[in-house]
Amino acid sequence: MRVMLRVNGRPVSTDDVWEGESLLFMLRERLGLPGSKNACEQGECGSCTVYLNDLPVCACLVAAGQAAGREVVTIEGLGEPAGGTEAGALDPVQQAFIDAGAVQCGFCTPGLIVQAHDLLRGTVDAGRPAPADAEIREALAGNLCRCTGYEKILDAVRLAAERKTEVRKTEAQS
Amino acid sequence: MTRPGGTLTDAGSRVSPPAGGVGRSAGRPDARQKVTGEFAYSSDLWLHGMAWGATLRSPHPRAVIESLDISEALRLPGCHAVLTHADVPGRKTYGLEHADQPVLAAGQVRYQGEPVAIVAADHPETARRAAAKINVRYAELDPVTDARAAIDPASPRVHDTGNVLRHVRIRQGDPDAAAPVVVRGEYQVGMQDQAFLGPESGLAVPADDGGVDLFVATQWLHVDRGQVAASLALPEDKVRITLAGVGGAFGAREDLSMQVHACLLALHTGRPVKMVYSREESFFGHVHRHPATMRYEHGADTDGKLIYVRADIVLDGGAYASSSTAVAANAATLGIGPYEVPNVSMDCRALYTNNPPCGAMRGFGAVQACFGYESQMDKLAARLGLDPVELRIRNAMREGSVLPTGQVVDSAAPVAELLRRVSARPLPPGPPDGGHVDLRAMPGGVSNTTHGEGVVRGVGYGVGIKNVCFSEGFDDYSTARVRLALAGGAPVAEVHTAAAEVGQGLVTLQEQIARTELSVEAVHVAPADTTIGSGGSTSASRQSYMTGGAVKAACEQVRERLLGRARARFPGHDGLTLAGGKLLSADGEVLAGLADLLAGPDGAAEATVTWRHRPTSPLDPQTGQGNAHVQYAFAAHRAVVDVDTELGLVKVVELACAQDVGKAMNPQAVEGQIQGGTAQGLGLALMEEIQVSGGKVRNPSFTDYLIPTILDMPPMQLDVLELADPRAPYGLRGVGEPPTISSTPAIVAAIRAATGLPLPRIPVRPEHITGT
Repeated sequence: MRVMLRVNGRPVSTDDVWEGESLLFMLRERLGLPGSKNACEQGECGSCTVYLNDLPVCACLVAAGQAAGREVVTIEGLGEPAGGTEAGALDPVQQAFIDAGAVQCGFCTPGLIVQAHDLLRGTVDAGRPAPADAEIREALAGNLCRCTGYEKILDAVRLAAERKTEVRKTEAQS
Repeated sequence: MTRPGGTLTDAGSRVSPPAGGVGRSAGRPDARQKVTGEFAYSSDLWLHGMAWGATLRSPHPRAVIESLDISEALRLPGCHAVLTHADVPGRKTYGLEHADQPVLAAGQVRYQGEPVAIVAADHPETARRAAAKINVRYAELDPVTDARAAIDPASPRVHDTGNVLRHVRIRQGDPDAAAPVVVRGEYQVGMQDQAFLGPESGLAVPADDGGVDLFVATQWLHVDRGQVAASLALPEDKVRITLAGVGGAFGAREDLSMQVHACLLALHTGRPVKMVYSREESFFGHVHRHPATMRYEHGADTDGKLIYVRADIVLDGGAYASSSTAVAANAATLGIGPYEVPNVSMDCRALYTNNPPCGAMRGFGAVQACFGYESQMDKLAARLGLDPVELRIRNAMREGSVLPTGQVVDSAAPVAELLRRVSARPLPPGPPDGGHVDLRAMPGGVSNTTHGEGVVRGVGYGVGIKNVCFSEGFDDYSTARVRLALAGGAPVAEVHTAAAEVGQGLVTLQEQIARTELSVEAVHVAPADTTIGSGGSTSASRQSYMTGGAVKAACEQVRERLLGRARARFPGHDGLTLAGGKLLSADGEVLAGLADLLAGPDGAAEATVTWRHRPTSPLDPQTGQGNAHVQYAFAAHRAVVDVDTELGLVKVVELACAQDVGKAMNPQAVEGQIQGGTAQGLGLALMEEIQVSGGKVRNPSFTDYLIPTILDMPPMQLDVLELADPRAPYGLRGVGEPPTISSTPAIVAAIRAATGLPLPRIPVRPEHITGT
């Protein structure tokens, strides 16, 4: 079948999709977007988390056909697009994961970043206080990481929240 | 993190560390790619026209293959190839220590999940369907599933060679020593899985010269190459392996998984072939941590000083040897823990059974033993009415202590200090006592299972020992090539090794070393591949030591070459050094830029070094005596837990860890190793077990095999000591494994302290606590 949708702001269309394929497989193998990861493919690990019509979902649990006509944002779609030879600016969550040392093997990272991005969108970005640790833990409970023990992932989310709060304050003052 | 100063005895580095050098929390060179999704893991690879591989596996733990018919599978449209044992052109078996594992099953299967046939097709689903159409008729046999019973010579044999794969005996002092205080215990450890997130995967590309290029996630490129070439009947130079992005390893990528299979299919079809295991298949596609049963007897005087330890450890190696023989040596030689014991009798056996094959996992034999000996130390402390930390300190190993192997511990062994540090930390606030309760802090969490009723707090301790690098006389080395050249007029160092970056940060470390040794900012780490000599295995906490040592040595040679040029150019100057990208005279005068030294007719400076640690010896087969190990590393944990005694649920409230790392090469990465290793130890204590019944795995999924989530992990308090090992590069000590070893017994000790239960088995299940 043919599936048409929007991915990272662009309309895309792909043919010969088998009905049993997941959105994850379509993204990774047909649309050249392997950033969303295939760690468990049964919705337990969160490594394939993407936005589907603005809601974070496990792309492995969404049939490719279900995404038809919808808007998908993947890890590749966060941050600013690259311009010419310049690399694009990272989203503050991506930058915080680097700075906090929250990346080891990195296989969980794309899913965690999308999930953390959603948490901060609903808190700091919405004018609410930075999430408390317990709130961060709840929000990320569906994302497994085998390398870090999660301490530096918490650090990264705190750091991103702090930086976003600073930016908001600065904007409010000016 | 606090980092009390140690003594850095290394005199090789003559330049002050630049930003991003050794000792700094330099950023990962691959971090940007990893946070943007651009980093190419082994499962992300794609080539036009590639086919997908799939594997047919045995559903039975032990059976004879009576017939195998591939004709129906071959007729499926889109199926390009179906290969069996008969299609393996070279050596039909492989293995790290003994080549006893069939590339594809021949006549019989010895474990559930053993590969029987492989398929290539134009879509992964087509490949799976084709595999399902292979018609195999099995005659099932009763599997051998009890490792201890398999010792009996009358037991059915898994292999013709007998079931005892290795028996390590260690005898020191008086075998019949007696003591006034004796405690005995039998302990069990379940089968843990490494559960890396990036599944086994890779891409094999047939080459015009009849060879094959393989892009794969692995821990040791050269040992893969040797095994792949042997089974393909190709010379090694026709098998070229490049490390693809690795989504975690933890020991599970030491053995081959899809390497030979993908290459066979690629060479047979003439197409690139990609194989990616599903999570379920991954549980069958790699070895696991050995389950263990351990009998310990500790004898002490009335002050708690150990007089003897007698121990008997049985490790279930499963159907094939993998690295079981080395795991058994570790469990035996480290099996009494970081303690001084004058009289030791240790027997450790690794057994063949028809259970899933077991081999390397972070901690490698030291994990199982530590649960045994630390449980015993707590039992002894309770018997004597002593504080468990005090008892441990009275017996703690230190520099100069003699191991049960007769080997003298000849560098820092701050066991007592590590224990003092974790026990001196303030305890976290107690459990809520009435009033408002945040369910998220309770055992059971938002399941709303308790508001504090039935919840009891406990505190427990654990300390462990691990060997670093390969032992028992193994010729352990790493190779590094370093080239310093001008690029766009600026000096750039290129570092090339075959050492596998698996997430731990070795690529960062290589950059840091080059920056420090060569006084250069720009460093490029080339992709790891087999065009250079072996880097050895990314295991045994050895790569910082070994590949770090090789890169350092190669940099030193490059530096000496540059200084040689400088001495010729600036005669009469003694004591020339490189710092800040400049050539300095002895009194600090800038004589030239680094770029000037590279711009002359001599051009780039390059060196390739094969670097070894000090030699080790085999163990005497009768007495286990010998200087078998290179270096030791130690960590201690304190665990604080809240236990819902009515439901058997455990909330780990806090974990404190103290570890000596010799030199914190990259403090942020060191912390990450300690935190991540501690989490895997928590998993083994509380939740992680591959449940095997009758030789069959009952929970091959992340739905049923649980690893710690962010809700399971407590805040961690770290103390990182830096007591230099004068023999190691920069004084460093391997970091990766020790925290996995001691967190498990500390958590179980805390649950025991809360409940008073003996808890001789891990993982501790709710029913062990409730007795239901």
